[in-house]
Amino acid sequence: MSAFLETLIGGLLAGTMYSLVAIGFVLIYKASGVFNYAQGSLLLFAALTFATLTDQGAPFIVALAVTIAALVVVAVAIERLLLRPLANRSPMTLFMATLGLSYIVEGTAQGVMGSQIRALDIGLEDRPIFLGDILISQFDLVAAGVAVVLVGALSLMFDRTRIGISLRAVADDTRAALSIGVDINHIWRIVWAVAGLVGLVAGLLWGSRQGVQFSLSLVVLKALPVLIIGGFTSIIGSIVGGLIVGAAEALAETYLGPLLGGGITPWFAYVLALIFLFIRPAGLFGERQIERV
Amino acid sequence: MRNFLIAALMAGVSFAALPGAPAQAETAQYVPLPTYRVGAYASSGELWWAGEKDYFRYINEVEGGVDGVKISYEEFETEWSPDRTVEVYERVKAGKDGSPLAFFFTHGTPATYALLEKAAVDKIPLIDPAGGKTETVDGLVFPYAFPLLFSYYSQASTGINYIAQREGGFEKLKGKKIATVYHDSAYGRASQPAIDLLAKKYGFENIQIPVADPGVEQSPQWRQIREAKPDWVFLRTWGASTPVALKTAARFSFPADHIIGDVWAGSESDAIPAGAAAIGYSALAPYPAGGDFEIHRRLKKNILDQGKSDLRDPKYFGAVNYNVGLVNAALAVEALRVGHKKFGARPLNGEEGRWAFEHLSIDDARLKDIGFYGLLQPIRITPEDHEGGGAARIQSWDGQKWVLKTDWIKADHALLDPLIRQGAELYAKQHGIAVRNPATEAGPK
Repeated sequence: MSAFLETLIGGLLAGTMYSLVAIGFVLIYKASGVFNYAQGSLLLFAALTFATLTDQGAPFIVALAVTIAALVVVAVAIERLLLRPLANRSPMTLFMATLGLSYIVEGTAQGVMGSQIRALDIGLEDRPIFLGDILISQFDLVAAGVAVVLVGALSLMFDRTRIGISLRAVADDTRAALSIGVDINHIWRIVWAVAGLVGLVAGLLWGSRQGVQFSLSLVVLKALPVLIIGGFTSIIGSIVGGLIVGAAEALAETYLGPLLGGGITPWFAYVLALIFLFIRPAGLFGERQIERV
Repeated sequence: MRNFLIAALMAGVSFAALPGAPAQAETAQYVPLPTYRVGAYASSGELWWAGEKDYFRYINEVEGGVDGVKISYEEFETEWSPDRTVEVYERVKAGKDGSPLAFFFTHGTPATYALLEKAAVDKIPLIDPAGGKTETVDGLVFPYAFPLLFSYYSQASTGINYIAQREGGFEKLKGKKIATVYHDSAYGRASQPAIDLLAKKYGFENIQIPVADPGVEQSPQWRQIREAKPDWVFLRTWGASTPVALKTAARFSFPADHIIGDVWAGSESDAIPAGAAAIGYSALAPYPAGGDFEIHRRLKKNILDQGKSDLRDPKYFGAVNYNVGLVNAALAVEALRVGHKKFGARPLNGEEGRWAFEHLSIDDARLKDIGFYGLLQPIRITPEDHEGGGAARIQSWDGQKWVLKTDWIKADHALLDPLIRQGAELYAKQHGIAVRNPATEAGPK
């Protein structure tokens, strides 16, 4: 029983790491209806910038501040150079634009900062904690805590600030929001910057686990089933989706894996997502799209 | 700035030829290099190509070429994608500027698999040291494939030999548990037949645990390790899955000094991100780390200090992946020398290239001459044996750098060769390939 509980708890905690990546997608999808394929690249860019600065001897706080500033600059550049010229184009066009953007961000980031792997020490040791016989990862516990704080902060932003309310207005009805004077370009800049900051948090945690290198951008593959299960428009859905995917993956690898030859985690999460697509296409917390035909 | 422009171009254009050495028309030997400076494996690639290009540059500029024949190399970005490597192969197989193709570096096991049949038809040797399909060691069935130095079976055998050394003899392996944590791919699975055989011979329990790509979450696997309580773990991961494995092992209290990594899990890129969790971790090193070998002194004086190195950051001079590039380039250069003796000092074609590789022999004296003693094992390729080495040193991570722990440890070829032959014969039967008899072959003139 303790083995089962340990697997379950470990999976749930690992799932919050997936949630951190998924939240970045949700923010941009909520604000603009765009599936931002470049979220993984932004995550890589953020972690690479931070790691490069600390490698050069910059103190943690300075590296963090400069990285945040760089993310804001990138957000402004994306809005000016990509989103504004493509305003009112179809979601597919915007998706393809983010696809191209991901190559540009990845190539440029590696071109400027190098493609060598970097260790990232954020002062979090991955020592185990034992609850009886159950081993829990200290690192994953902190990551889960960070995810909770992040969700709380974003919820406050959406519910209590003028920018958050404007953002929700844009998400609900862009034309109506424009008609009452909401500056949609400004909203986009803010959303992309916030998505970059979420990417920074996720990048720092993932980067300290596996090192900062290109494959960091591939963690977005872990976020897709989370988004399908939790819904593309819900931050809470990202957390719940992450918990479901993390727990299901861990249990499946442990109990089904030996029967199926092992190594089943990547596709098992997608099988789960497919099942959810059949039962609840908008995900657990997503908004159902209803159109008059 | 040049690197920046290259990377930016590569970001927008997924497949493109990159500037290499200036064209050396007429007398130059054309050597295409399918590379990956961007993408998931760029951190290994960037150093690898620096090693290869620095050595070729050294040969061209300091030694005046290979017997006077300069090497004209040209890079092609593939992002380690086999389909793009196949595209490169198709583009370059006829040669360039009057030079035929003597050999083709695949720079990756998947690409070698993809090109195996094509290259045999085109009669162009595929060079994939410490990689490729293990059965291609048998040159009688695979005349145009050269998995030089250290096949996947040899990797398994050398790993077990080292564990036996640490345990105090092969008889001490009986009843022990050895778990292989492997990347769930053709590469990761390639050593299994050899480990099965070794387990039967020495009586250890063989536990196989796959990690699916990209392997960034491995708690379930290491939980299985904790429950199985193996004495040793053989780590056959790749890319990000290696540091994650080391960190997760530490979390589950499995000691790093009882983990042996294979060739492609034993570079600085694998150990540095794992931090303290990698201290004591050992790895097989057919390409040992270190910048103090004689060839490094020559390169430093003639290439690095002259500002001609392809290395972006000199601190990686002597890193494992840089040395991979040096060794592979040296193998190609030495093979060309063998070919020149037979066919004359001129660019060689594929059939001549094959002959050259099949008669490549580098002993200790020659290794000292070319500055590779200690960095490259003595090697002797024959038409029957396209591996020619089958040994590795063991290096251990001290938290800052790899430290060499042993001399060359040879694989158990008496045990492995029949297994390789059996696999090759099966392949020949399935593909209708007539097994060669080198004694009756006419060969290129």
